Amino acid sequence: MFLATELNLQNYKVQGRWRLLFLVMTVLLILPVLVILTLLVVRGGGAISWEFLSEFPRNGMTEGGIFPAFLGTIFLVSLALVFSVPLGIAAAIYLSEYAADNWLTRAINLAIINLAGVPSIVHALFGVGAFVLFFKFGTSILAASLTLAIMALPVVIVATRESLQSVPQAFREACWSLGATRWQTIRRIVLPNAISGILTGIILEVSRTAGETAPIMFTGAAFFLPFLPESVYDQTMALSLHLFVVSTQVPNVPENLPYGVALLLIGIVLTMNALSIGFRVYLRNKKKW
Amino acid sequence: MIDTSQNIPVLNIRDLNISYGSNTILRDVTLNVRPNEIFGIIGPANSGKTSFLKAINRMDEFTDGMRTEGLIEFYGYDTSKWRNLYSLRKQMGVVFPLPVGLPLSVYENVAFAPRISGVRNKSELDDIVENCLTRAALWDEVKDRLNSLGSLLSGGQQQRLTIARALSQKPKLLMLDEFSIAVDPVTTMRIEDVLRDLKKELSIILVTNLVQQAERLADRTALFLNGELVEIGQTNELFDGRTKDQRTTDYLEGRFG
Repeated sequence: MFLATELNLQNYKVQGRWRLLFLVMTVLLILPVLVILTLLVVRGGGAISWEFLSEFPRNGMTEGGIFPAFLGTIFLVSLALVFSVPLGIAAAIYLSEYAADNWLTRAINLAIINLAGVPSIVHALFGVGAFVLFFKFGTSILAASLTLAIMALPVVIVATRESLQSVPQAFREACWSLGATRWQTIRRIVLPNAISGILTGIILEVSRTAGETAPIMFTGAAFFLPFLPESVYDQTMALSLHLFVVSTQVPNVPENLPYGVALLLIGIVLTMNALSIGFRVYLRNKKKW
Repeated sequence: MIDTSQNIPVLNIRDLNISYGSNTILRDVTLNVRPNEIFGIIGPANSGKTSFLKAINRMDEFTDGMRTEGLIEFYGYDTSKWRNLYSLRKQMGVVFPLPVGLPLSVYENVAFAPRISGVRNKSELDDIVENCLTRAALWDEVKDRLNSLGSLLSGGQQQRLTIARALSQKPKLLMLDEFSIAVDPVTTMRIEDVLRDLKKELSIILVTNLVQQAERLADRTALFLNGELVEIGQTNELFDGRTKDQRTTDYLEGRFG
């Protein structure tokens, strides 16, 4: 009575084949990541040293370190965060918590999603036109950071809006029925429970902006500078552009130098991602529903 | 601001219509709720009971597309002309079908409404929390775990927690929307006892799916059917078969559809 029928056996066989297909796809996906990481560590690992991190490039960038590029990337990303995070979170709170669900809101949401899909070179040209020329910031850290910030805004907005909307609507209704205003509800209930998602979004934004090259190469990143920037109106070197330069623009670079730069860049991105995961796990354990 | 000494109705509702877009949920409801009574509302799903409660505490502000027409007076004040809707809502406690424990501790769940109204004094908050939890028949069970999360309580405890929370704003009207849906029968009986006690100090609107619950608790009962108020009557008269509308008799005797 409980013996497998012909049809059951057939189903098992088909389901096994699908399972295999999905497994193969997953492995194929992981493979390139592993290869890239291994290659970088093997070829570039030897280049990483204290000297590499702390000194200026020398001898037409074929020797020495990458300190100004490393510092420049940190400057650019931090300043981009200062602009994009408050703006993005505020816009997301408005869209998620205040705006009525009408055609205008839907149009704005659509525009934000499309903005996230705009190629970074287009952002770069916008940055040149708006910040470098129109606002007369010149090619500077300020112009480059603003360009990065504009590019990262949709990421922050979408991540924030989604984590706000993952807070159950029932909490809001319960608060409102207790006589809370929208802002009291947001501050006391919605934001504290959405913060882990928001922070994850921000950290992902950091890792994305750190690696971008196109938006900064016309707006504020320099090929080579023998000194550190003194204000936001100066140009700076940056890791991503430096990687491009030492890989393609300068002759006679020792092989392990570009690999070292790439390893450092990926290291920064992975560290940020690991931080974001760790943080999310920590906050999820404190989650209250 | 509100004078409860005179014997005016808590709610005076005239020709209330509720619609979402072109879809009318509730038509021409006229009724009043008296001080210190339990007013039962029965009826099948989709007959506009929940929307009716939302209209009373003006949740249309937060509900896209909800429109109300007609008059709703709360202690003689027209709620559509009430400027501070937050103070209006503070005078009406709401209990939802599924218990909504805010993601806060037991203590903070009950202290939430006083806090947002500006109560800062710790001992005053302590008093409110103990008082409200006691009146909701929950104090003895949670007094040793006030700082643990409200959502860790059992379903029945959580529902009593939401009643305590609704009481924390000193409401003059308590609205319960099918409170016993996720509560076991024993706890339901305890909550019903709580409601009988609370009746001495405030008015209660009890929306329920359970005809027997209305029979046990309500002084008067109204039947909502497909967006229409079929009949209002003294509960015991309705259940004795002294109804004016055949549909009421059918519904009460379970001979529907």
